[in-house]
Amino acid sequence: MEIVKNVVCPFCGMLCDDIICKVEGDEIVGTLNACRIGHSKFVHAEGAERYKKPLIRKNGELVEVTMEEAIDKAATVLAESKRPLMYGWSCTDCDAQAVGVELAEEAKAIIDNTASVCHGPSVLALQDVGYPICTFGEVKNRADVVVYWGCNPMHAHPRNLSRLVFSRGFFRERGLADRTVIVVDPRKSDSSKLADIHLQLDYDKDYELLDAMRAVLLGNEILYDEVAGIPKETIYEAVDVLKNAKFGVLFFGMGITHSRGKHRNIDTAICLVTDLNDSAKFTLIPMRGHYNVTGFNQVCTWESGYPFCVDFATGSARYNPGETGSNDLLQNKETDGMMVVASDPGAHFPQKALERMAEIPVISIEPHRTPTTEMADIIIPPAIVGMEAEGTAYRMEGVPIRMRKVVDIGLLSDKEILERILTRVKEINASK
Amino acid sequence: MEHIIKNGIVYDPLNNIDGEQKDICIKDGKIVDSVSADANVTDASGQIIMPGGVDPHTHIAGAKVNVGRMIRPEDSKKDVVGRAPGQRGGSGFSVPSTFMTGYRYAQMGYTTAMEAAMPPLLARHTHEEFHDTPIIDHAAYPLFGNNWFVMQYLKEGDLDKTAAYASWLLRATKGYAIKIVNPAGTEAWAWGGNVHGIDDPAPYFDVTGGEIIKGLAEVNEMLGLPHPIHLHCNDLGHPGNYETTLKSFDIPKGIKANPITGNRDKVLYATHVQFHSYGGTNWRDFVSEAPKIADYVNKNDHIVIDVGQVTLDETTTMTADGPMEYDLHTLNGLKWANCDVELETGSGVVPFIYSGKAPVPSSQWAIGLELFLLVNDPEKICLTTDSPNAGPFTRYPRVMSWLMSNKYREDMIENHVHKWAQKKTSIATIDREYSFFEIAQISRATPAKVLGLSDTKGHLGVGADADIAIYPFNPETQDPSTDYMKLEEALTAASYVFKDGEIVVKDGKVVNIGLPGRCYWVNSIYDEELEKQIVGEVETMFKRYYSVNFANYAVQDEYLPRSTPVDGVIL
Repeated sequence: MEIVKNVVCPFCGMLCDDIICKVEGDEIVGTLNACRIGHSKFVHAEGAERYKKPLIRKNGELVEVTMEEAIDKAATVLAESKRPLMYGWSCTDCDAQAVGVELAEEAKAIIDNTASVCHGPSVLALQDVGYPICTFGEVKNRADVVVYWGCNPMHAHPRNLSRLVFSRGFFRERGLADRTVIVVDPRKSDSSKLADIHLQLDYDKDYELLDAMRAVLLGNEILYDEVAGIPKETIYEAVDVLKNAKFGVLFFGMGITHSRGKHRNIDTAICLVTDLNDSAKFTLIPMRGHYNVTGFNQVCTWESGYPFCVDFATGSARYNPGETGSNDLLQNKETDGMMVVASDPGAHFPQKALERMAEIPVISIEPHRTPTTEMADIIIPPAIVGMEAEGTAYRMEGVPIRMRKVVDIGLLSDKEILERILTRVKEINASK
Repeated sequence: MEHIIKNGIVYDPLNNIDGEQKDICIKDGKIVDSVSADANVTDASGQIIMPGGVDPHTHIAGAKVNVGRMIRPEDSKKDVVGRAPGQRGGSGFSVPSTFMTGYRYAQMGYTTAMEAAMPPLLARHTHEEFHDTPIIDHAAYPLFGNNWFVMQYLKEGDLDKTAAYASWLLRATKGYAIKIVNPAGTEAWAWGGNVHGIDDPAPYFDVTGGEIIKGLAEVNEMLGLPHPIHLHCNDLGHPGNYETTLKSFDIPKGIKANPITGNRDKVLYATHVQFHSYGGTNWRDFVSEAPKIADYVNKNDHIVIDVGQVTLDETTTMTADGPMEYDLHTLNGLKWANCDVELETGSGVVPFIYSGKAPVPSSQWAIGLELFLLVNDPEKICLTTDSPNAGPFTRYPRVMSWLMSNKYREDMIENHVHKWAQKKTSIATIDREYSFFEIAQISRATPAKVLGLSDTKGHLGVGADADIAIYPFNPETQDPSTDYMKLEEALTAASYVFKDGEIVVKDGKVVNIGLPGRCYWVNSIYDEELEKQIVGEVETMFKRYYSVNFANYAVQDEYLPRSTPVDGVIL
C-alpha cells in the first residue's frame, strides 16, 4: 500500500489540502483527515457506477463507441445547434474551464455554471454592492465573532468548523472558547446546537431580520416586539455582539440565497457587513458548494469579463442573467443542444427544465452514472480531477490550490476531451 | 527568421539615439548588426521607431484585478470585442479581460508590463491570468510590507533572516521584486484600523512603516535584486501626505545599490507619487505639493518615481492598501470589495469616477502633470497611470500627448477641467513640452533600467530583444505640439509592433500572438543553511496558522510556460 500526502479533496468549496490517501494499484482504498463526504468521494464508497468507455444512445440504448466517434458527435451537436448551452463546470479544474470558455466562443454558445442555481444571487448582489471578504486563515487567527446564516456547515462543509472555528488561531489561542458563534437558521440543526446565539427566524424572513439589524446598527429602535419571529431584545443583543467584534465573519449559504428575496437578501447582508466596519472589522465568505465552482467564476471572468450566464451568440460576450441563465434557456425552450460538464443538472434542475433536456440532444462529460447521464445521448467519461488528473481549483474565498493526481487510470482528462471537441468544432465551422 | 526595418526615425535613449534615420536588423528574435539580403523588409519611412514600451507598474493579473472585473459588469459592457481568427474575444474598459489586456498593450507598442501587487498566498492566480495574457512579457511583485515573517524578523532586528525569507518567498511565488504597500497599515486594517505616517507601529508586531521600509531596502541590496524596493507610501490620498512621502523617500538614502543583474543605480522606486503629493489638512484647503516632491527627486540620486497620472475617466481602483479602499468607499459611496489575506496582506477594490467637472480629480490630474514636468531628468521618472487606479493603461497615448503639447494642456485647463486645477496647482504656469526622446525615456529606457532588464529591454542596440514599436507620425513634417490629436491616434495604434522579432501588430491590429510572454522571476538564494532554518520556522507557522498546507503553497513550474529566471545573489 502506498501513502500519498497533501492531497486536495475534490468535493466541497473548503478544498481541504491535507488529505492522506492510501493507494493500492490504481485504487484509493482509504483516507486520513477527510470528512465523511470527502472520504466517500475518494473511495467511491456508495458503489457508484463508473463509466470507462464513451457511450452513444442508438435506438434508445447506450452503446460503446470509439472516442473519435463520441468527440465527433459531440462537436457536431455543438456546431449544428442554433442555441447551444454549455452547463456545469464546477467539478473540474480551471484548465478545463478555460478550454470550455474558448469552446463556447467558437460554438457561439451560452456558457453557465452551477452558480446559476446556487450562489448566483450572491454574484448578482456583489455586483450591486461589493464583496468584502477574507481568506480562511484570517478567520482562524483573528475571528472572535462567527456568523453562519442559512447554512449548516456540520453537514454540508463538515471541516469548516474544525479547521476555522474550533481550531486555535494566532490571536485566538483557546479556539472556540475565544469566539462567539451566531447561527441564523429557521431550523434546529447540528450547527445551531453549537451556537452561542441561535436566531431561529421565521422561514423566508431573512430580509426583514437583516434590515432590522441594519436599522439597529444605524442607531434606530425597533418599533415592534419582534421581527421575523425574533424578539427585539435578542436582535439588540446580536447586533451588540456584531458591532463589538474585533474581527467578524459572516458565512452564508443556500438558506439565504434561495429563500424569499434571493439576491436582495444578499445585497442587504453585504450592506450589513459593510456598515459593521464603521465600528468593527467585519468580512464575509459565501459557503460555495462544489469544490471548484469559484474557479469557474474566476476563469470565466478573466477570459470574458463576466462570471457566469455568458452568451456568445453574437460572437462577443453578453451577460444578462434572467435571459442567459441555463434555466431561462431550457424553460423557455430556447436551447436546442446542451453539453453538461462536471455536474448533474438531471438531479437538481426543475421539472420544466428537465422536460426540455429530454427533448434535445444532451452531451454529458461525466465519470459516473447520474440522473443527467440517464437522459444523455452522448456520454464521455473523463479522469476525475484531484484523484486521477491534476489541475487548479479555487477555494470558496478564492485561494487557488493545485489539485494532485493520486492514481492513473488511463482516461483522458476533461481538458483533453474538451480540447479535442474544440478542434473538431473549429474544423466543422471552417467547412461551413 | 530575418527582418530589416528601413528608413525609420529612431528614438533609443539608452544608446543615445535621438531621432536618427537608421535601419534596424533582426535575427532570431534579437536585434543584430546586419542581416542577409533575404531578410523581410519593413519600410518605416517617415515613421517613428522606439523600443517596445515597458510598463513598470500596472494591475493586470490576479485576485483583486479579477474582483475588479467581477463586481463591475457595467465596466465590462463599456468595451466589448468579439472573437476573430486567431484571437479571443473579451470585454472591459478599465479592467479588460486577460486576452484584451495583451492585445491592447501590444497595439500601443508596449511589449512588457509588470503586475505590481501579488499576495503570495494567491500567487498562483496571478500566474494563471498571465498564462491567458498574450504577447507581453511580464513579472509580478509579491507583497512584503505587512508580512508577519518580515515584521517579526525586523522586530528582532534580524536582517539575515529577513533576507533568507524574502529570497525563499520570491522563488516560491515566482516573484520579481519586493513590493511594499502602506507598510504596517494593512496589518492594522486586519483589525479595522490604519497607521498614520511612518512612525506609527503595526498592532502586536510593533514595527513601524519606516522600520519596514528601511529593513526591506537593506534586504533588497543584500539579495542583489534587479529592481529596488517598490514602495507605495503610507497615507495614500490624504491631504497633507507629502510630508510622509518625503520622509519615506529619505529612508533608503545612503544604502548602496547592489544589483547582480542589470545596472540600476537607484535604491528606491516610489510608485504613483501623484497620490502622495498633497498638502493641506482636508479636502477644502488641499493643495498640490508636487513642486516639493519634484524638487526632492531633482536633488537626490537614489530614487526613481512613477506618476500614476489621473486620466479623468470612470475607472476601478484596486490596491493592497486595504484601509485606503475602505476610506474611499466611505467617501464616494460606491461598492466596496475587500480581501484580507492571512499572515501576508490585504486588498480592496472600489470604482471611482475622476470627473473633470469635479474639483479634486481635476487637481489630481494637474498634480500628476506637475510631477512629469517639474522632474528635470527623465531618467528619474516613469510613465504610469497605476492602471487602472488613476486611469486605464489604454490612456498612455493621451498622457504622452499631454506631455508633448502645452496647447493640449491649455485646452484641457480652459475647457475640460475644474478651476481647482489652476487654483490648487501650478500646472498653468508650466510650458515645458516633452520631446520624443524624453517620451522614449519615461516609457522605455528608464523603466527597463530600473527593472534591471536593460540588457534586453528598453533599447534597440545589438543583443536586445527585438521588441519594437513603429508609430505612424512623422516628426519631420508633423508637430506634436500642435498636432496632438494625430499624435494620440498614432500612439494608440502602432503601424507595426515586433515582439521577439515577429510582427504581432500591423496598422493598429493584432495579427499574430507569437510566443507566450516571458515570466521574469528572481532566482536568489541568500544563505542555504539559514534558509533551511527559516523554512523550518515557516513550516511550523503554516501548520498552526495558515489555511493551506506548506507542501501546496509554492507555485509549480507548470504555471510558467516561458519561465525566465533573473539572478539575484546566490550564496
